[in-house]
Amino acid sequence: MRNLGAHPIKGRLRLRVERQRLIGRAIRRRRALRSVSNRTGLIASGDILCFVTLRDERVRLPWFLDYYRALGVRHFLMVDNASTDGSTDWLRSQPDVSLWWTNHSYKGSRFGMDWINWLLLRHGCGHWCLTVDPDEFLVYPHCNQRPLAALTSWLDSTGRRSFPAMLLDMYPKGPVEDAICAEGQNPFEVARWFDPANYSIQKNDHFGNLWIQGGPRTRAFFTQDPLAGPALNKIPLVKWHWRYAYVSSTHMLLPRGLNLVYDEDGGEQISGCLLHAKFLSSFAAKSVEEMDRRQHYGNSQEYRAYHAGLHRGVQLWCSESREYDGWQQLEDLGLISRGNWA
Amino acid sequence: MTGTVRLGVVLLCHADLGMAARLARIWADGGARVAIHVDAKVAAARLAGMRDALKDCDRIIFSRRHRCSWGRFSLVRATQDAAAELLRQFPDTTHVYLASGACLPLRPVSDLVAYLGADPDRDHIESVSTHDVGWTVGGLNEERFSLFFPFDWKKHRWLFDRFVEWQRRRGIRRRMPGGLSPHLGSQWWCLTARTLRAILEDPQRPEFDRFFRFAWIPDESYFQTLVRRHSTHVESWSLTMAKFDHTGRPYLLYDDHIPMLAESRCFVARKVWPGASRLLAHFPLPDDGHPQVDPPQPARISRIINQTVRRRVLGRPGLYMQSRFPRKDAENGKTSAPYAVLQGPGDIFHGFEDWLRRHLSCDVHGHLLGPEGAEFAGRSRTGPGAISSDPQIRDRDPQGFLTSLIRITNRMQVFQFGPRDNQALNWFMATDPNAHMLVVTGAWKLPLLHSRMPFDDVRRVFAQLQRIELGHLDVLNSVWVRARLHQYDLGEFLMNPRPILQDFMLQIDPHSVPVTTLPAMRDLTGLDQMLRKLRNSGLRPRLTGEDLPPIELLTNERAAAE
Repeated sequence: MRNLGAHPIKGRLRLRVERQRLIGRAIRRRRALRSVSNRTGLIASGDILCFVTLRDERVRLPWFLDYYRALGVRHFLMVDNASTDGSTDWLRSQPDVSLWWTNHSYKGSRFGMDWINWLLLRHGCGHWCLTVDPDEFLVYPHCNQRPLAALTSWLDSTGRRSFPAMLLDMYPKGPVEDAICAEGQNPFEVARWFDPANYSIQKNDHFGNLWIQGGPRTRAFFTQDPLAGPALNKIPLVKWHWRYAYVSSTHMLLPRGLNLVYDEDGGEQISGCLLHAKFLSSFAAKSVEEMDRRQHYGNSQEYRAYHAGLHRGVQLWCSESREYDGWQQLEDLGLISRGNWA
Repeated sequence: MTGTVRLGVVLLCHADLGMAARLARIWADGGARVAIHVDAKVAAARLAGMRDALKDCDRIIFSRRHRCSWGRFSLVRATQDAAAELLRQFPDTTHVYLASGACLPLRPVSDLVAYLGADPDRDHIESVSTHDVGWTVGGLNEERFSLFFPFDWKKHRWLFDRFVEWQRRRGIRRRMPGGLSPHLGSQWWCLTARTLRAILEDPQRPEFDRFFRFAWIPDESYFQTLVRRHSTHVESWSLTMAKFDHTGRPYLLYDDHIPMLAESRCFVARKVWPGASRLLAHFPLPDDGHPQVDPPQPARISRIINQTVRRRVLGRPGLYMQSRFPRKDAENGKTSAPYAVLQGPGDIFHGFEDWLRRHLSCDVHGHLLGPEGAEFAGRSRTGPGAISSDPQIRDRDPQGFLTSLIRITNRMQVFQFGPRDNQALNWFMATDPNAHMLVVTGAWKLPLLHSRMPFDDVRRVFAQLQRIELGHLDVLNSVWVRARLHQYDLGEFLMNPRPILQDFMLQIDPHSVPVTTLPAMRDLTGLDQMLRKLRNSGLRPRLTGEDLPPIELLTNERAAAE
């Protein structure tokens, strides 16, 4: 609750109204979701839950689920936004997945966040909830040796309610079109490079979060208008309470205190990374489709920029790219920190 | 002399009874008698399960239950009752070890028995006089004993704090009974039965208990204080390895700590994360029938944990990231390594950057903050760490740009600077002890002299650049400067360019190549005419030096240098 005292009453009331509006919106939009397979009765107290919105991700799903199962996620609550590639049927057959289906507009539901806010409100209360996309893979300090439950119980014991994980774009060496990732294959065998240092940080005083931009996307696709590049700061892991709400994707949430995941007195708090397996061969095809649908942030400006870039055969790799080699490397580079979790 | 040791263990449990039962069995199987205290807050059904799991062990007893809360006397009461019960049921016990349901024995119990047997009259209890500062985390030291603490810190924090303040204002000081001198220490100890009995059966015990009931965290002071009254053989350290972080919370132990814990040779470690199944399966090490008596050596594990605390509290200098974003002047090091900024020489000499690169074992860049973009060495579009040279991206977060660059490279970073560049970092660099700055004021006039622009444009640009540089000089001449600053005006520098450059280069790189030749200097002819013309047009040229020496003099010096 740092700095909250310094935040004027008027601002606090405004944030409160904003939060209530988001929650109300999520409750209203619940009718957009049609339950396909509801196994939420299996959720036990203390289970770690994972919330996902997806569309046409059939090929990625097996490895995605296995990755998070291995970390110790006990149940997946997924929203299928009208997939046509068989994702629905495949997910229905998974024993630890509860699935909802909708063909409503992704953009109209604030890029799926209304649906997710509703599911979090309904099922997440009291659980540690991880909200990710199917191409985001959480890495945290000691993740090769300690399960996610070790992290969450430690966060509990230190009184923390949220855990930050910056989005780290991973890309292949060579053209993106040639980086083919087979079903069930670890995407980071193909896309295993990242930018070690080109990230800019600004503080958002309204919500209290840090706004991080940069990485290969800004470097390669947004040269004309670099300030429009995507935000990379994320807070995907939260001990949920029905009063909470995500504001914009998982970049920030309300109440404001949940966004204060960084130390301002010179110390380091704990943080992780979401490895982003977006830049694979499937991406080129997707960018054509998404450009037409215009369902993504800023009228799919990202996808249009990518599309223009990919047509020119742009490589994201450069001689300063680093090859991924585990969480210790990310910590040495200063992208993540173990805080005082020894 | 080795006496016969019959070890008793008092086990305090409040959560995760499954693990506690498992640990109780480890102690009992090692030959110890165990008295278990289970917090009265634990549901009866769960306790029944634990009793059931341990019913085949006749060396395990359960003591009277108390409701315990952290920092209160109830924990001492629970320990007293369990210890008394243990000594009553097993009167021949010689030593009693206080452990919790999350304390894992690392070495066989027989090792501990042999170690205690080597000096059977010794009491192993950390007991530090409160006059020696620095035991506690967060304030209360001697006040633990001199004030009353009737309120629970966790449940009634507000009342707790207000009451402490009120007592301080009123000047309340409790006096310790019976000539006790207050001592503090780790709550986990191993006492001889003789000492423990003396403490429990002390005729003044009701008086002591009344006193400690309102002391703060008595479980860290009750036995630690009273042992000084009854024992002459205090070994003031705990046989249980327990480390705390800067907020006073115990560190948790996980599977990946196995090698470090094995190396530490500690007898008991806390606190184990209940999910660390490999750790729980690995320890205690199997009893091979040959007890070892070597003492614990927790130095390495202590060092590692202290480093982590340091990282949490102070952080890594010059790092700005998602979970470390220090506010201004709380950075603990604005940048991570020394760097050098040269303002002026690049305008005075042709090809200065390349010349400098040949003399230094550093990364020599152009104008990193230049208006057309970051001029990285070699003018690549992406610099070290894939940092973009795009000016818009850089100017979004110039401080992040510079600090990332310095942090990601191994060599020293050297770059040119001038009034045409982004001035956003002027205060940052001037107040950073890592910055080495060579500033030649007014040097930017030379490129202007050769620009062949119409005079009106020259005058406009001249006024603008001069204003910017004067602003920068206000910063550099303030009392807040921490950078190693070498400042000259153009006239001063031109009189003696070689020693000035040589001194600066030796300062930033002691192994730099000695300066024998200087690069070609820009032609100075016409400078005084230009300045006169500007003066006559109503501008007041400054920053060149009050008296720019005659051009001929400077030209001679240059010839000598060449």
